[in-house]
Amino acid sequence: MDDTKRYERLLERYRNGDLSRRTFLGLIGAAGTVAGVTGGPFAALRRHAQAATPEQVRFDGWGGVVSEAFREYAFEPYTKKTGIDVVDGTFGGADEYLARVKASQPGEFNIAHLSGVFDYVRYHNLELSTELNEDNIPNLKNVITALTDVFRNVTDGTLSAVPYDYGTTSLAYNRKYISDEEIKEKGAKILIDPAYEGKIGGWGEWKTRIWYGALQTDQDPNGIEDMDAVWDAIRTHRDLALKYWGSGAELMSLLAEEEIYVTEGWSGRIKALQDEGHDLGYYDPPGGLGWQECLFVLKGSPMAACEELLNFMLEPEVAIAVAEGQNYPPALDPTKVELSEKVKKLPAFDPTGTLSGLNFFDPPYWNSNEAEWSKTFGRVQKGY
Amino acid sequence: MASLDPQEKPLRPWALLSPALTAILLLLVIPVCFIAVYSFWLRTATGADIAGFHLDNWAEVLGDAFYRDILGFTIWIAFATTVICALVGYIPAYFIAMTQFRHKAYLLLLLMLPFWISYIIRTMSWINILGTSGVVNVGLQWLGLTDEPIQMLYNQWTVIIGLVHFLLPFMILNVYVSLYAIDRNLIDAARSLGSTPWQAFTEVTLPLSLPGLAAGSLLCFVLAAGTYITPLVLGGPTDAMFANLVFDAIITQLNWPLGSALSLVLLALLGVLVAVYNRFAGMGQIAKSFG
Repeated sequence: MDDTKRYERLLERYRNGDLSRRTFLGLIGAAGTVAGVTGGPFAALRRHAQAATPEQVRFDGWGGVVSEAFREYAFEPYTKKTGIDVVDGTFGGADEYLARVKASQPGEFNIAHLSGVFDYVRYHNLELSTELNEDNIPNLKNVITALTDVFRNVTDGTLSAVPYDYGTTSLAYNRKYISDEEIKEKGAKILIDPAYEGKIGGWGEWKTRIWYGALQTDQDPNGIEDMDAVWDAIRTHRDLALKYWGSGAELMSLLAEEEIYVTEGWSGRIKALQDEGHDLGYYDPPGGLGWQECLFVLKGSPMAACEELLNFMLEPEVAIAVAEGQNYPPALDPTKVELSEKVKKLPAFDPTGTLSGLNFFDPPYWNSNEAEWSKTFGRVQKGY
Repeated sequence: MASLDPQEKPLRPWALLSPALTAILLLLVIPVCFIAVYSFWLRTATGADIAGFHLDNWAEVLGDAFYRDILGFTIWIAFATTVICALVGYIPAYFIAMTQFRHKAYLLLLLMLPFWISYIIRTMSWINILGTSGVVNVGLQWLGLTDEPIQMLYNQWTVIIGLVHFLLPFMILNVYVSLYAIDRNLIDAARSLGSTPWQAFTEVTLPLSLPGLAAGSLLCFVLAAGTYITPLVLGGPTDAMFANLVFDAIITQLNWPLGSALSLVLLALLGVLVAVYNRFAGMGQIAKSFG
């Protein structure tokens, strides 16, 4: 809420003669009283709750190397340039974050690094979306059009988020135990291969499990016909798996410590492990899962400050630096912006800027099944 | 001198109690009422809630075998943890209570040391102990006892180990307080009347320490049954406990009404347990342990 502008509007109306002196002073006095009563005590609480003021913006992301990249390459330079602080929070998953947002007051959370179109639709359906003023984000013109179009389709041509990066959730495997030839031959079915019982991992997230269940039963994940077969594949995987991992850090730990030999994994995290010297392979099986991430502005946020931060983060220098830091290709169109050699070598990078080679969740299909499938997965995951 | 007769100033006890009653009202009663109201709401497909009085969540929670089974597993884990804590915790409690060591206070301080470290860190430390490249596996291989790492992590036993690690100090403290309060003359009398040391222990010391053992067991059981982190960190795919169901309902499915009903079921179960304990042993024993 921009109080300054509201006072200025009052002053302008008074100067124009639209308000009497008595009314003008009365309104200012009332505003002062409200600010005094609610502002004093609650401002202190709000500070502790890390809510945003126009001098500060709250950003929540995935933690780990991703947040480190944001902090180093985006937030610190942004604060130096604009004087606006970025309060940097993290979450373990989009579900957990949504529950926190749902329990908060509007304005407490501002920008979130959300996963894909699925979350964009979900947040919009819960009336948490905003309407960005694209004139304030000129760097948006450099973004891959296909990525923004899917958002515009959801929010009637407007945007509540800017696409920021993309990646894949494909098969990560320890080369000491599994050869490149074997992974190519078995594809997603290696995750239900009894030969690796107790050495298989998997993300304990319903969408990913169902996607891979569909691949393991030779079905189209965006048009599953035999759901029972998918649940059976998920059960088989569950019984063979050592553990469902719940965060990028846990995924990296399980692979690095050789607790598991194979799992599906996030391309950037696997690249980080490879860069550390771990002999891991990463393979996109046919129908492998691609995703895009966006910077979503939540309802009640200080829009001007948020738009300025989004524009700053889409500056090619910043976006490229963050991409190199977090190991995910930026949403910038390679045909419009010259990307670095390091970015071009990142897993999942698409030089055409169309992303036509990746498979994404079909939002209407997955959102319409969310309630039933997430609940059923909760049961299957626990032994049913 | 001011009169202490409550008949003269009947509101005085309430005035003195009002800070505590206010805290209980604001921090416990009202939140539980909110949860109770929420449990009768319904969740829509988009995640929004429908207010009203609907029994669907309760019918599901009370009628579905899935929830009963997980509740049964939770009770089993909490029971096993409590029994192990009682067996393992009695010995150090006995030692601390009976030792003539001059600096007994330091031994009690050692019991408190684990609390200086985050519960999550303490739980995760077992990964470095029991993991494939953990201390135990490396030690076994170094000694030539095994050729390759043994898979010890991510099952219900590691969940129990993690919980015992967390809850043992609660048990030891409760038993210690009980043992420390025993009149030593009773043990001497038993010995002088011909009891062996073992008989003196089983006939005098153990029965007199039972209130402490019961208080420690209650605390361990209640805390273990409500745990969420330990099965998440140290459990396998199917080692979920009841609190994990609450997490799933509220966080993953955004179904707060169902999550509310589930949390009230757990609250009711543990509440009954505490009420039974209070009926037979009294809550005073637990208060003694915390000074």
